[in-house]
Amino acid sequence: MLSIKNLQAKVEEKDIIKGLNLNIKPGEVHAIMGPNGAGKSTLGNVLSGREGYEVTGGSVEFLGKDLLDFEPEERAREGLFLAFQYPVEIPGVSNLEFLKASVDAVREHRGQDPLDSVSFLKLAREKCKAVNLDQNFLKRGVNEGFSGGEKKRNEIMQMMLLEPSLCILDETDSGLDIDALQVVADGVNSQRSVDRSFIVVTHYQRLLDYIVPDYVHVLANGRIVKSGGKELALELEEKGYSWIDEEVV
Amino acid sequence: MTEEINELIKNEYEAGFVTDVESETLPPGLNEDVIRFISSKKNEPEWLLEWRLKAFHVWKEMDEPTWAHVQYPEINFQDVSYYSAPKSMDDRPKSLDEVDPELLKTYEKLGIPLHEQAALAGVAVDVVFDSVSVVTTFREKLKEAGVIFMPISEAVHEHPDLVKKYLGSVVPQKDNYYAALNCAVFSDGSFVYIPKGVRCPMELSTYFRINEQSTGQFERTLIIAEEGSHVSYLEGCTAPMRDENQLHAAVVELVALDNAEIKYSTVQNWYPGDAEGKGGIYNFVTKRGVCHTNAKISWTQVETGSAVTWKYPSCILKGDNSVGEFYSVALTNNFQQADTGTKMIHLGKNTKSTIITKGISAGKSQNAYRGLVRMNPGAEGARNYTQCDSLLIGDKCGAHTFPYIESKHPSAVIEHEATTSKVSDDQLFLCQQRGIDVEKAVSMIVNGFCKEVFKELPMEFAVEAGKLLEVSLEGSVG
Repeated sequence: MLSIKNLQAKVEEKDIIKGLNLNIKPGEVHAIMGPNGAGKSTLGNVLSGREGYEVTGGSVEFLGKDLLDFEPEERAREGLFLAFQYPVEIPGVSNLEFLKASVDAVREHRGQDPLDSVSFLKLAREKCKAVNLDQNFLKRGVNEGFSGGEKKRNEIMQMMLLEPSLCILDETDSGLDIDALQVVADGVNSQRSVDRSFIVVTHYQRLLDYIVPDYVHVLANGRIVKSGGKELALELEEKGYSWIDEEVV
Repeated sequence: MTEEINELIKNEYEAGFVTDVESETLPPGLNEDVIRFISSKKNEPEWLLEWRLKAFHVWKEMDEPTWAHVQYPEINFQDVSYYSAPKSMDDRPKSLDEVDPELLKTYEKLGIPLHEQAALAGVAVDVVFDSVSVVTTFREKLKEAGVIFMPISEAVHEHPDLVKKYLGSVVPQKDNYYAALNCAVFSDGSFVYIPKGVRCPMELSTYFRINEQSTGQFERTLIIAEEGSHVSYLEGCTAPMRDENQLHAAVVELVALDNAEIKYSTVQNWYPGDAEGKGGIYNFVTKRGVCHTNAKISWTQVETGSAVTWKYPSCILKGDNSVGEFYSVALTNNFQQADTGTKMIHLGKNTKSTIITKGISAGKSQNAYRGLVRMNPGAEGARNYTQCDSLLIGDKCGAHTFPYIESKHPSAVIEHEATTSKVSDDQLFLCQQRGIDVEKAVSMIVNGFCKEVFKELPMEFAVEAGKLLEVSLEGSVG
């Protein structure tokens, strides 16, 4: 699915990712944890091709293609999905219109016909229900006036509609209360399948109680410094990150 | 990102071709002889020539206004040709079959089929090419309803009383510099008369086209809605791409008598000049309507073209309970400059006005809203609501708001809201991450921003306006 080799990237002339290696097979869920400033969010932004994140070395292969060759929208159409930590508002553009444009673009890329408006509306309503969002949210501007929890649920709904191959959840748990976290996690879990992989970026173990990973990696100082099973997360929760730093040093 | 936006906004101006027809064009220059020539060319009665000459003398005494937030080199009014007409129009064609095929082709290319069977169902069109009206469709059908829709140059002969009574009644000769110039040299334009109690059975539309080089277009439109009548009128305009600037100074007068309603929509797409700011139309337009008791005038404009736009469609709310509305989308890109807005003059009791404007600036353009709301001493219980929103694309453009509010009646209520926002990189990235390319994303955001105004446009125009914004924005993202 995804093969990252010796990836190096900088932001505003500062090296953030310094030789990162990661292999993800279809159907796997990988959690990436680490202290603040380790480069966790940078990884998601680099993989999705955000402007300002400059790759200075290494390679990323995604579904057999060189991911770094693609524009951000092409990466999305190829099946890479980033759930944002802070989804931005787009006033005036209705959620429904936005979702339709998005799904149309992805379908076109896959060689499928666009859905007609009625079928699409039906589908969008279904997905709203699945993440416990009122249908009125389809009419409202994209994320406009949504609460933190509503924005995150809106992200998961988009993921459900686009059916990506690889989902990167960037600190999806930040700002969520326990009920909202449950809804978001249920949404993610419902999307787990043998051919869909996840990268769950989080600072806290809490989210991993709900979305149970196959692997846990610790990212520190731009590198993966430790990998293990889900029990590694518990260890981190208990001991904090400092012991890793010491170990690495 | 800004570079991509710029790339996106940089689009070909599709209406920029030149039609090759033999024209009779006056050499540049303006003096009494030119005015006499125009007047005699149109066989005008003596009173109209006098009226023109009076305007010319007024104009000579006036100074070009400099208060607008626009900059352009001084215009030499002696370098402009004030009359140009295709030769084939010398004997005005009686029917479409007699119209020069080159002209018909021009309009087909612009997407305006003139054969009635091919025309947009329910839209009658008057077509003005440089200084003359080429053809007016559906005239017979309109006549059955008692509606008069014809070139103003013909109305002068066929309905002299109406023209004499209303011409200059809303925008007098001395109103302003460009209006005075227009009064002196106006060539053609549309004349509309809706009789008492009649609801005009179809949309009326005028399509203005400047073709000839170094030529100005000075059209004059006069719409009279008798008591209790209703009309919706649309106006569109384009011009070829030329390196030098061309002048367009129009006057539109609307008269809505008691209980009448006029809806006036414009999609202005004059050539805006190239990406370096060379060429383009200077658009100096005076549009004003007067509302009698219970009457309503609604202006809707989508301004995407012109190098310089100076335009303030206004309402004089003379009668009690009359209503004025102004909905505007003004988009500027590259080096375009727009200073546009409205004036709502409340004279009668319980008069109401609504102003909703959306200014979009991209490239290195400057976009200004200028509006006046005046509550006169008699305007008891009058109300105004104004909302001005600006959207910036990129970081080299400017948006400006100049609201003027004067209230001389203590019971009048005036509300003014204004916002400025920017298409952010984060918004564009969200769209891209969902598979939507930047071009589509910008157009979605801009269309969303303009939604409130677009819904005021007649359906055919709303679609066209949306597309036009998309085209005008191409190359604006980077």
